[in-house]
Amino acid sequence: MVIDTRVCQKYAPCEDCIHACHHLHNVPQIPYKKHEVKWIWKDEFEHAFPDTAHEYANEVLHGREFLLLCNHCEHPPCVRVCPTQATFKREDGIVMMDMHRCIGCRFCMAACPYGSRSFNWRDPRPFIKNPNPRYPTRMKGVVEKCTFCTERLAEGKLPACAEACKHGAIVVGDLADPNSEINKILREHFTLRRKVHLGTGPSVFYII
Amino acid sequence: MLEKALVGSKKYYALVFFLAAIFLVGFFFFLKQLKFGLGITGMSRDVSWGFYVAQFTYLVGVAASAVMVVLPYYLHNYKDYGKLTIFGEFLAIGAVTMCLLFIVVDIGQTHRLFNVLLHPTPHSMLFYDMIVLNGYLLLNLICGWTALHAVYKGTKYPSWVKPFIYLSIPWAFSIHTVTAFLYAGLPGRHFWLTAVMAPRFLASAFCSGPALLLILIYIVKAFTRFDPGEKAIRALAKTITYALLANLFLFGCELFTSFYSGIPGHQFSIKYLFAGLHGHMKLVPWMWTAYALMLVAAVLLVIPQTRNNLGLLPLLCVLVVIGTWIDKGMGLIVGGFVPNPLERITEYMPTFPEVMISVGIYAAGFLIITVLYKIAISVMESRGLI
Repeated sequence: MVIDTRVCQKYAPCEDCIHACHHLHNVPQIPYKKHEVKWIWKDEFEHAFPDTAHEYANEVLHGREFLLLCNHCEHPPCVRVCPTQATFKREDGIVMMDMHRCIGCRFCMAACPYGSRSFNWRDPRPFIKNPNPRYPTRMKGVVEKCTFCTERLAEGKLPACAEACKHGAIVVGDLADPNSEINKILREHFTLRRKVHLGTGPSVFYII
Repeated sequence: MLEKALVGSKKYYALVFFLAAIFLVGFFFFLKQLKFGLGITGMSRDVSWGFYVAQFTYLVGVAASAVMVVLPYYLHNYKDYGKLTIFGEFLAIGAVTMCLLFIVVDIGQTHRLFNVLLHPTPHSMLFYDMIVLNGYLLLNLICGWTALHAVYKGTKYPSWVKPFIYLSIPWAFSIHTVTAFLYAGLPGRHFWLTAVMAPRFLASAFCSGPALLLILIYIVKAFTRFDPGEKAIRALAKTITYALLANLFLFGCELFTSFYSGIPGHQFSIKYLFAGLHGHMKLVPWMWTAYALMLVAAVLLVIPQTRNNLGLLPLLCVLVVIGTWIDKGMGLIVGGFVPNPLERITEYMPTFPEVMISVGIYAAGFLIITVLYKIAISVMESRGLI
């Protein structure tokens, strides 16, 4: 996935992708911040890229918000630590969650260097205002995160965030295919990935 | 031998019922947690492990420390630990049981616990932790129980148990090494990502565990005719001293690496714990208390006159136990989560139900230890050994 943060800044404070994702996947809106569940959200440069940010940063970056979500890492630490394989890597590279197998030990949350995982500290259902009957809700005591819309990919559709973005800021594609559109974009633009030095191989790229 | 647990003095019954009552209070709060979810605790999206995992980590150390009496007795034939060894092994049984209970209360879907067995995952450190902890529980049950049974029958322990005793020695090191690996192998958690984590875990275990054992032995000594002998107590005090110094030394190594290298990420958690970060300083008084207690204990334990003062020693052991309990429990676990991977700060303190559930588990563990110690004392009394 490539996110063109220039486009996001131009149309700020647009949150269409976040709303689309959270509505479609029945992500609860819990007002108590400590119990928050989120699959995709926005944060500032120094929090999205704490190892890259510095005090002399360019003014353009200051105030620009960055979409954050699961990086679907090439070497995901969450998958490595999960004691039940409730989180696992699919052949296509997507890091997937089986919420029926998860025992809620939260080892994956400790292992994820991107803070991409949320735990259901309480029953999430009362906090889903307008439930989508086509996607399951979760129960308390399990971990969840962005699934790269595997259910939509299976139907030949784009992930909900990419489809919801009217301005084309989010592009998804096959990194393994050198001729794919996404590889073309990556060749033509300067991009950043979050915390590459950790060796996780994040699959979300940011055009600056 | 179990019948020895059923008859005792009024004080014994009172202690048993008192611990059982506290356990039931804790169980009541656990039922509330099952109903509401782990949101009943102080944990959050950012600090996703807390008091339970802290107690788990500390108690694995206590369990592992039994090896500090088992090893000299069985490998070096250090006879003075003869009476103490069974108590060390029984403390380990209680401690491992508490560890397992703290895992049970910490997971979000309690009834799915056995998924860990149903889907064994050799690349997860928790898989190995499950094996080593349960294995260690079994080993101590076998070794402790057969050793006591031999005393009961007035014979030497059977030779078939020897391999289990020898196995329990490296196994004790393994439980705390694997527990350290739970934390030390995670990218992006600078505070935990250190090769001295396992050595430091062992060092703090080998001071805190024997210190707790000595406190318990002093209590047993006050209420029964049991006496391990001054020589055994003095020897154990030396073990505590060396391990405490090793623990403080390894902490000093951490400070050097973090602050001489000057890498900010390596300093944040330490700064948060000892000075506060951006005005967040809930753990600061706790950490200074922990290190003040450990330093005072270290100085007084190094000086032979104070270390060999058998009246002062239990007090020094209390300092060691409290100091390491704060440092290795809350300090280590919460410190690893602050700041979060996005360098934002969420603080943590356990809630009342969370503390009550933990107290309930401690009551269960000490109930087990009480009953096992009672059996051991009664068996020794019946043989005229004490």
